[in-house]
Amino acid sequence: MASLTLRDVRKNYGDIQVVHGVDLDIVDGEFVVFVGPSGCGKSTLLRMIAGLEEITSGSVCIGDTEVNDVAASKRGVSMVFQTYALYPHMTVYKNMAFGLKQAKTPRKEIDERVKAAAEILQITDYLDRVPRNLSGGQRQRVAIGRAIVRDPEVFLFDEPLSNLDAALRVQTRKEIARLHERLETTMIYVTHDQVEAMTLADKIVVLRDGRIEQVGSPIDLYERPDNAFVAQFIGSPKMNFFNADDLTVDAGGLLGRELSADRQVGMRPEHLMLTDPANAVVEGTLELVENLGEYALVHLRTATGVEFIAKTEKPPQVPKASTVCFGIAAELAHFFDANSGLRLA
Amino acid sequence: MHSVEPTGRKPRRVLSTRNIILYGFLIVAALYWLLPLYVMIVTSLKGMPEIRLGNVFSPPVEVTFAPWVKAWDSACTGLYCEGLKVGFWNSVQILIPSVIVSIAIASVNGYALSFWRFKGSEFFFTVLLFGAFIPYQIMIYPLVIILRELHLFSTLWAVIIVHTIFGMPILTLLFRNYFASVPAELFKAARVDGAGFWRIFLQIMLPMSLPIFVVAIILQVTGIWNDFLFGVIYAGTRNFPMTVQLNNIVNSSQGVKEYNVNMAATLLTGLLPLVVYFISGKLFVRGIAAGAVKG
Repeated sequence: MASLTLRDVRKNYGDIQVVHGVDLDIVDGEFVVFVGPSGCGKSTLLRMIAGLEEITSGSVCIGDTEVNDVAASKRGVSMVFQTYALYPHMTVYKNMAFGLKQAKTPRKEIDERVKAAAEILQITDYLDRVPRNLSGGQRQRVAIGRAIVRDPEVFLFDEPLSNLDAALRVQTRKEIARLHERLETTMIYVTHDQVEAMTLADKIVVLRDGRIEQVGSPIDLYERPDNAFVAQFIGSPKMNFFNADDLTVDAGGLLGRELSADRQVGMRPEHLMLTDPANAVVEGTLELVENLGEYALVHLRTATGVEFIAKTEKPPQVPKASTVCFGIAAELAHFFDANSGLRLA
Repeated sequence: MHSVEPTGRKPRRVLSTRNIILYGFLIVAALYWLLPLYVMIVTSLKGMPEIRLGNVFSPPVEVTFAPWVKAWDSACTGLYCEGLKVGFWNSVQILIPSVIVSIAIASVNGYALSFWRFKGSEFFFTVLLFGAFIPYQIMIYPLVIILRELHLFSTLWAVIIVHTIFGMPILTLLFRNYFASVPAELFKAARVDGAGFWRIFLQIMLPMSLPIFVVAIILQVTGIWNDFLFGVIYAGTRNFPMTVQLNNIVNSSQGVKEYNVNMAATLLTGLLPLVVYFISGKLFVRGIAAGAVKG
C-alpha cells in the first residue's frame, strides 16, 4: 500500500500537449476516480502512473520514490483493462500466475496466491478454462484476479466496466467496492461514467483537456462544483444554466442574490419544484414529459428560448405548450461567473 | 413473432442450366490445367521405345519405374552422374536454415515494428518495404562482391544469407500486419506483469500467431525451393540446389534426350511445393486473411 503524488505532470505527443501540468495527492488506501469526457487525458494520466507511457516532464511518486524511470513491472502497480486483455492461449490459472512467474515467485507461493485470489472472486471453478470459454463478467473477474495476485501497492483500473452489459456493470461495480473495502489498497479508477465515479470514489478528479477541473469527494462535487464544467458533468440529467434574463423578474429576490448579465445561475433538475406563479424563479412552456414511473423528466423552454429539464415526482397535470412555474430553495441554486465559468461564493 | 415459413431442405435441381454451365466450365478449366501434368506422368512411366512411337497422350503399355530411379540416382548433370539426389539434399540444406533464419528475424522485426515503436521506426519500415520493389537482378552483382569479400561466395551460407535478405520485406510486412491486429492492451498487460521484449514475444505473441507462421513457412518453403537464380549464382557447383540440377539434366546437350527421365526429374523437383500446398491450403488462406484487414 502506498500514497501517490503527481507533481506538474505533463505529456506531449510531438508538439501536442495532452496533459498540462497535473498536481495530485492520493492518500494511502484511497479510492480515486478520474472522470471526464473522452479525450480529456484521464487514460493517458493512468498509463503514465502505470509506466506504460513516458512522462514528458514532472514527477510521479509512489510512496516516497519517484518512479518516472522505473519500469512498469517494478512500480508495484497492477492494471485492469477495459478489454480484459487476458492472454488468450493460457488458462485462467496461467493468466493469473504469469506476472508472479515473471517475478520468479516460488511455485508453491504462486499456487497459494492464485487460489486465494480465485476464492475472493469466486472463479475457482474456472481455473482450468481458457478465456474464450468465459463470459464477459467472468473474464473481467479473471482480469481483476490477475491484478490481485500480484499484491500491488496501487491498483489501476482503465474503464473496467465499459465492455459489460448494464446489469453486470452494477454487480461488478459492487464487487469492486467490496474488494476495496477488503484489500484497503490504493485504487485509481478511470471512467467516463459519472455513476461509477459517484458510487465508488472517496475522491473524484474531474479532468478536461488535460487539466484538473476539480478534486473532491463525490458529495462536494455535487453540492459545490468549482465551475460550470464540473457542475454540468456531475449529475444526471445535467444541471440547467440560466442567464439573469431567462428567469422571472422576482427571481433575484426569491434567491436572495443580485442577478446581473455577467453571472449565470445553475439549478439541478431534481431541485426544481412545481410552484405557483408568485414563487416562480423560472417559467417555461411544456415541450415533453418523460414519465419513468418513479419520477418524471419534464422538458421545457423559457420565453427566451433556453431549454431546461425539471425532475418531478409526478408529471404536471397540464396540457402541452402551457406555461409551468418552478421554484427552487435558495441554497440549492449555484452561481457562476458568465465569462470564466468559476463559481461565485 | 411467428410467420409461416417453408421447412425442410430447400429443393435443388442438379441439372439446372446454371449448374451445367458452371461445372462444365470448371471441368474444362481443370482438364486444361491438368493435361500437362498427365502427359508428364504417363511419359515418365514409359520406356524410350514407347515414347518414340509418338503417342503422347496414350497411357503406358508397359509401366516402368526405371526413369524415376535414373532421375534420382544416376542421371548426368554435366560432369557428375549422381542423379538429382545430390541436388535434393543441397536444397534441403539450403531450405531449412533459410526458412528458420528468415522467419525468426522477420517475426521479431514485425513484432518490434508493431509494439516497440521507436523514433524512425516508420521510416525504417518504409525503407525495408522499398526494397521489395527493386528488381533483385540489380543487386546480384553487388552481392557477389560482398559475399566474396566475406569469403562466403560459392558456399551454402551464401545462398542462405541471400534468401534471408530477400525474404525480409514481405515477411516483415506480413508479421507487422498480423501483430497490428493483436490488441495493444494485451501487450500493455504483459508489460505491467513484468515481461520484457523477449518474454512478451516468446510467451505471449508467438503462441498467438501460429496461423501467420504457417503462412510465412509456406511462402518461404515454396519460394526457396523453387528458386533457381540465387542457387545458380551463389551456391557454387557442388552445392547446386535441385532446380539447378534439374535444368542441367533437362538441358544437357549431349546424347539422347531421355524424355521419361526428364519428366520424372521434373516431377520429383516439384513434389515438395505440391505437397506443401495440398496439406496447408486452408491454413494458408486463413492466415493471410487474418492479417489483411489492418495495415
